This record gives sequence, structure tokens and C-alpha cells, in this order.
Amino acid sequence: MLPENLKENAVAASLEHLVLTGNTDHNELTLELVPEKILGALRILKEQRFERLASVTVVDRYPMEPRFEVVYHLQSVSRNLYVRLKCRISGEKPEIDSATAVYASANWYEREVWDLFGVVFTNHPNLTRIMMPDFWEGHPLRRDYPVHGYKYSYQNE
Amino acid sequence: MTETLTTTEKPAHTRRMILNMGPQHPSTHGVLRVLLELEGETVMKCTPDIGFLHTGIEKQCEALNWQQVITLTDRVDYLANLSNNLCYSLAVEKLLEMEIPPKAQWMRVLLCELTRINSHLVWLGTHALDIGAMTVFFLCFREREDILRIFEMFSGQRLMTSYIRVGGLALDPPRGWEKRVKTFMDTLPSRVDEYESLLNTNPIWLKRTKGVGLLPVEEMLEIGMTGPCIRAAGIPMDARKMMPYSSYDKFNFDVPTSTDNDVYARYAVRVAEIRESIKIVNQAMAGMPEGPVQAAAPHVVLPDREKMKTQMESLIYHFKIVTEGFSVPAGEVFQVIESPRGELAYYVVSDGTAKPLRVHMRTPSFGNLQALPNLIEDRMIADSIAIMGSLDFVLGDCDR
Repeated sequence: MLPENLKENAVAASLEHLVLTGNTDHNELTLELVPEKILGALRILKEQRFERLASVTVVDRYPMEPRFEVVYHLQSVSRNLYVRLKCRISGEKPEIDSATAVYASANWYEREVWDLFGVVFTNHPNLTRIMMPDFWEGHPLRRDYPVHGYKYSYQNE
Repeated sequence: MTETLTTTEKPAHTRRMILNMGPQHPSTHGVLRVLLELEGETVMKCTPDIGFLHTGIEKQCEALNWQQVITLTDRVDYLANLSNNLCYSLAVEKLLEMEIPPKAQWMRVLLCELTRINSHLVWLGTHALDIGAMTVFFLCFREREDILRIFEMFSGQRLMTSYIRVGGLALDPPRGWEKRVKTFMDTLPSRVDEYESLLNTNPIWLKRTKGVGLLPVEEMLEIGMTGPCIRAAGIPMDARKMMPYSSYDKFNFDVPTSTDNDVYARYAVRVAEIRESIKIVNQAMAGMPEGPVQAAAPHVVLPDREKMKTQMESLIYHFKIVTEGFSVPAGEVFQVIESPRGELAYYVVSDGTAKPLRVHMRTPSFGNLQALPNLIEDRMIADSIAIMGSLDFVLGDCDR
């Protein structure tokens, strides 16, 4: 359900049937939706001249559940607008559809998210590590991963 | 990180060679590794391999207090430290709903434009060197040295300035800075003419840059390119104009564009941007407002040293900021600025404590580098050097 104050907003209204909730805190439009609807929402936004996907990232709310918030920032250059889409997914089986089918630039951003958070993007053309070495175990940007890693610990010295 | 290139199943008459370029190749400007699959001198497939400079800055941000993160933002893009300082500070200030005094805002604009000139000079020098014009490199670094001395005068540091802080600037501008900046600004336009006189009519430069590195503009937007590269393709996309921050709307400047969309156009746009930056710096100096350079927010901005030693209240604030930091109201902000390389954005999430929950940097080099395969596949290997240079990526910015 779209909050009352967003019904006037053209971008939010066009996604009304997909959106769970939304806000315009700090003058930034945020729309939250269920993970299954993300590709549909991206397609609708692309038709509305949101030419570029500026970034894909994740906020880890560990130990809350569902812990991962997948965050998409889209920009419409011709309309000079930004919009943020957000999907919450659980830590049990972190999976979401890949946005590469709609925006090519999602490719590296999703690889980065997979590498650092372990969120799986289904139907991604090449979901491999991009920042960490290939042999790395674990996903370092998760909140339950220690800052100094597992191998080298200051506490053991 | 790496992708295994399959070289089997090729017809017998073609012999493909895999060339490993980098991570220590001089024209990769840092530690980028590019796997090139060649047929003769044509690049058939290009696979950039990044991550060699990944230092986990986003992870470290979560372990530090809000004000300590500033020192890490310097290290993200080591050619545009002040732009990164500014972007992070603006994001946190937005969460704190803080008003910044006009003098601090104008100083920030001035310093960020000096940063832009600095970055473009390094780019021009190294890019020209890659293509074989060595003189330009020495001339650009001569002027860059002046800018670094100005930064040193302001902050005590040539590179890792950390001069723009949450709430304003770290210190009052030093005595005599106007004269120093003015002397430099008076000489710079003639120096830019000098670079152009060396390149604009140079037949080798023209042959290697004109008509090279073309890509349809829709594809560029789709793949995530920003900054001078997209402006050289005819889209006047500039956050300083589109969503003005830090009083950029009070300055009078143009956004240079070109429609040629080749390596030469990217060079022309950047040189024109140096000239626009000179205009902005001169305007900032002419109309510099009076007043403080830090916001009146004692719980966020460290008190004056003298006050801290003589006033009880300042001492308490100082103690609290230094020991536990300041807390930022819960919320999230996506702050976009125009860094020398393109759209730089910090996505900062707070849960109401003294440490950030998440600091994500949407860096321009990462987006631009993603377009590398589209730009250099099916082209000559010699052109790939010119194209890579024209993207102006910094690997620290890309890998974070």
C-alpha cells in the first residue's frame, strides 16, 4: 500500500500495484517492494525514462531478520530524478532476481554484492568474485564477519 | 575475480593469443589487469580483472566513528580527496539536518574545483604520455605541484587532506591563501594554452585520438558511464548543475560538451572543464563571504583549542566527541556530487548510533571501467591504450 503523501508522486503512483511502502525522507523517494516484483518494477521505471541504474548495494541489518536490504538507485537523466528501490530478503536463503536483464550496468554491482555479502542473483551471466581473491571464503561485508578477518586476530596475539 | 578464457574449439587457421596486460602495466594507471584475446592485432575479447586495490574501506567505515571515516574517504580516490571528503560530509550533514555557513560552502567549492584541475592535469599528463607526447607530462606535473602546495598550505597535507569535515572545514583558511591561489590562477590559463598548443595540432595525437573509442550514447548510459566521458557524448549530465550542492547554483559556469564521442572529444571536454574550473575559483575568491567556517553545532564540531582549555562546556563537548563521537539520527541518504571522474555518490545509512551502519561509495571509476570491454572489443590493440587512458579511472576509486 502506498502512503497517502506519495499518491501525488508520478513515479510512485506508476508502481502503486507493486509497492509495499515508501517515503520521501530527506527529499529522496524510497519505495519498498517484495523481492519477486523487482524485475517488473525496474522494467516499468525503464519505460519511464529512468535510463540508468546508478548502483546496486546491500545493507546488512544483522541480527534483524530479514537481514539483507537490497538497494537499487536509479536515475532519470532527462527528467533529473533519482529513485531508490528496496527489497528485504532473509539471511537463510539470500536470493533475488538479477537486474542484468533490464540494466546492463547491474552486472558488476551484483558481482560485488555477491562477493562481499553473499546475496545470490539468479540468472546473472557471470556471478563470480570481483573484489576478493577467487579462493576467498566467506563474505567480508556481512556484519557478523570480523573487521580483521578470521585468520589474523589481534586478540590471539 | 578471474574468468577462465576458453581457447579451445577455435578453427585451425585462426590463432588466438591471450595477452595479459597488467596489473603492473604503466598504461593501466594503477593495478588493473586486463586479459586481451587477440587475433593478429585485433582485440577479440577483453576481460578486465579488478580488485587488486580492494582495501575494505566500506568495511572499515562500519568500525569507525562518524568523524573518523573522513580519513578513509581521502584514500578512496587519491586524485580527488577533497571531492570524497565533501561527498561524505554532505551526506552526514543531510542526516544531521545541519546548516553550513556560507564561507565554508564557498571554500568547499573553491577547493573542489582546485581538486578537479589537479585531477585533470594528472590525467592529461599521463594520458599524453601513454600516447607518446612526453612534454605535456612534465608541464602538467609542474602545475600540479603548485596545487599540491596550496593543499599543503591549507591542511598540512599534500594528498590526504581530510580538510573538509562534517560541519564545515577542519581549520580556518591559512593567512595569505588568497595571494597564493590568485598567483596560481593568473598563470594557469596561459599554461593551459601551452598544453593545447602542444597537442591540438600534433598530427600523431590527432591520428591516435580522433574517431577512436566510439560507443553509442544509449549504451554508455546503460552500462553506467558518467562524467566527462558521457559529456563528450553530448549529454550535459553534471551534478553541479542538475542537483546543485554546496552553493554551486550561485556560480556562473558552463558544462562543456561535445558530440564527437571519441577520445579526442573526452580530451577536449576535460581541457574545457579546467577552464571552467578556473572561472569558478576566480568567482569564489571574488565573492568569498565573511564569517565562520564551521557550523554552530558544538556536539558535532570539535571546539576551538583555546576554548577547550578555558571553558568548561567546550571541554565537555571535546571529551564527548573524542571519546564516543556524535550520534546521527537514523535514516539513509544518497548524496551525489560531480567528482572529476563523474558521478560520485555516497549512500550512508545510520541506525542512530555513533558509527555508520553502512557507507557505500558509488564511485565513477567502477562504472566507467565496466564499459571497457564494450569500448575496446573488435578494435586494434594500440587503440586500447588510448581508450583506457580516456576513461580516466583511478583503481583506488574503483576497488575501494
